[in-house]
Amino acid sequence: MKHYLSIDDLTREDLLELLSLTDTFAQVLKRDVPIVSALRGKRIVMGFFENSTRTKLSFDLAAKSLSAGTMPFQASSSSTQKGESLKDTIESIDAMGVDMFVVRHASAGVPKLITNWTEASVISAGDGAHQHPTQALLDCYTITIRLGSLQGKRIAVCGDLDQRVTRSNLAAFTKLGAEVVVCGPNSMIPPYIESSGIKVVPSIDEILGDVDVIYMVRIQKERKGKVLLPSLREYRHRYGLTIERSKLLKDDCLIMHPGPINRGVELDQEVTDDPRSVVLDQITAGVPARMAVMFKLLGSESQIESIKQNNGEKS
Amino acid sequence: MTHIVVKGGTVVDGRIKAEADVVIDSETRRIVEVGPDLSGDQIIDAVGCYVCPGFVDLHSHLRQPGGEAAETIETGARSAALGGYTAVVAMPNTNPCMDSAAVINEVYALGKDAACEVIPSGAITVGRGGEELAPVGELYDLGVRVFTDDGTGVQDPALMRTALEYAKGISDAGDQDIVFAQHCEVSALSAGGVMNESEVSSKLGLAGQPSEAEELMVARDIALSRLTQMPVHMQHVSTKRSVELIREAKEAGINVTAEATPHHFTLTDEKCESFDPVFKVHPPLRGSADVAAVKVGLADGTIDCIATDHAPHTADSKAMPFDQAPPGMIGLETAFALANTELDLDIEQIVQLMSVRPAEIAGITDRHGCSIEVDSVANLSVVDPKVEWTVDAAASASKSSNSPFHGMKLRGKVKHTICNGEVVVKDCEAQR
Repeated sequence: MKHYLSIDDLTREDLLELLSLTDTFAQVLKRDVPIVSALRGKRIVMGFFENSTRTKLSFDLAAKSLSAGTMPFQASSSSTQKGESLKDTIESIDAMGVDMFVVRHASAGVPKLITNWTEASVISAGDGAHQHPTQALLDCYTITIRLGSLQGKRIAVCGDLDQRVTRSNLAAFTKLGAEVVVCGPNSMIPPYIESSGIKVVPSIDEILGDVDVIYMVRIQKERKGKVLLPSLREYRHRYGLTIERSKLLKDDCLIMHPGPINRGVELDQEVTDDPRSVVLDQITAGVPARMAVMFKLLGSESQIESIKQNNGEKS
Repeated sequence: MTHIVVKGGTVVDGRIKAEADVVIDSETRRIVEVGPDLSGDQIIDAVGCYVCPGFVDLHSHLRQPGGEAAETIETGARSAALGGYTAVVAMPNTNPCMDSAAVINEVYALGKDAACEVIPSGAITVGRGGEELAPVGELYDLGVRVFTDDGTGVQDPALMRTALEYAKGISDAGDQDIVFAQHCEVSALSAGGVMNESEVSSKLGLAGQPSEAEELMVARDIALSRLTQMPVHMQHVSTKRSVELIREAKEAGINVTAEATPHHFTLTDEKCESFDPVFKVHPPLRGSADVAAVKVGLADGTIDCIATDHAPHTADSKAMPFDQAPPGMIGLETAFALANTELDLDIEQIVQLMSVRPAEIAGITDRHGCSIEVDSVANLSVVDPKVEWTVDAAASASKSSNSPFHGMKLRGKVKHTICNGEVVVKDCEAQR
């Protein structure tokens, strides 16, 4: 695996291997000194062309826990504003000698474009409405830890389905054998969803009682200047996970959200504190999941045995 | 006095297809003899080739004035000549825009020494802003016959109606020698879209433009053509329903014409999966059903001509994210080869689509798209229909290299171009 750009590029086996690596690195992070030298000497550029706090910190911590050197880089998403083309920017950084670009960009496809301009590996840390494939991995890991696996589990994904988190998560959930249903305003359901075999249900109330995971996606009234629903109040009324609706969920149903949460819109305040909510577990899982991807692209497989032994894992 | 003889080819024009040599007098710039076994001072080898009336492109962006980093009239015309074109209609979205006599005169002046005839089009509205009518009459008096706001459609139907009615009154020949060419796109519906709205766009997370944004304006302008009894030319028709609407309009006797581009009859929106902005264009690359419908439209005469929408952009401006890069692709040097490779048409039909009909629509039949006979102005394109070659975008004579066909293996190539009695391309090499 040279790049990590889209869940669509991965097989089920690739995902299972990355989940296993995530678990290994999760054990590393529980050590007294939570660091391994697996990527010592590697140089990773944190190319955050779009603002991000948690994803950026998570990647940074992941790289440091692997002993890689990180180069921070913050720029406007619009290369034109700087008067330099994106290609020039990447080629300049590449000329300094780097092993990996982690790329967050407001435009879909930028991580893939960047692979044309560098020999380094590229990880998408979220590109436009296209993909957010490390979010998918950390979400699958969170579910795996709680439920054993995704195979045969019923997962409902609710909200704005036309965004990167949903694109990569739906692909990953499906590949790992989950039965996925989606629900949200029809103006926010992209056409590929039904043709990919995912069931669309009109009302969230239909599904509450029989899902193993309910995954609420962040909603915005407008996307790129287009109004897609009447109001956030109406959204909560039709699709929000209110206290009343949360009471209909199974006792062991996982409540998930990629953050940041619009409290009182996607989830009522009280629901975020529900013991079934694993929102913080998701954030915790982000670091080992990103370590797994970085290691898979830059590390050597021979190292994994000694990492496992030092964890006290059986190989 | 020099006589150029085009020897050993098969002459194909609007009337005939026959083996014949063609002799051109380079001083009078006219054809002086057509027949077997002719001789002259300079021999142009046409063995195995078709000798056609020079191609006419109704839709080229030559970028001058204002966009000289991407193209100039000199380089664009050279690229056109290499593509077998002896005339190109230059789109008005220059900077400043071709909405005044001053800019039209500048384009004429710059085109005087070009490798093919450069015909400026005039903007319909001031600054292509869609609000005020441009000085259509003044531009008409300078010889402008094609008016368009290309790059955007005239959104306001009342303004479009006024433009058509006004123009009808200034034309010397009633409705016969002036044409309004529309970029059919309802902007409010396509706004924000960077590719075709389809399953592909929804998978890629790129905002789409629905086909209906084009079709609504095609339907509207058919109605306006009927209302005003003025011709409207539909530029770069790209959807199945647009083709059907135009077919229905023509059957009803409405005076509309249409063009389609090589990229719209060759490529589909799946190309956008690469996220490479070289595949970004307006109207966008569509689905396979649309491509098939455009091909049928070209074959049955619903679509009158092939136009390139040659749209050069600098490497820098295309080295941007897909949604930020400008739309457009170059196409003058690949148009004939694509028509010859992708369309199941005989050479007579290709000559209609690339020379005879566009010359009629542009109102230049006194010198382009003519029969190859004694006294015709010598505008000729000599094409080898069998030779195979691979497109190398960087090798284009255009200043830009944003060809979506790079690496494609095509059949058929323009070998020689004779423009106004002068050999401007010989053995695939530009002579000026």
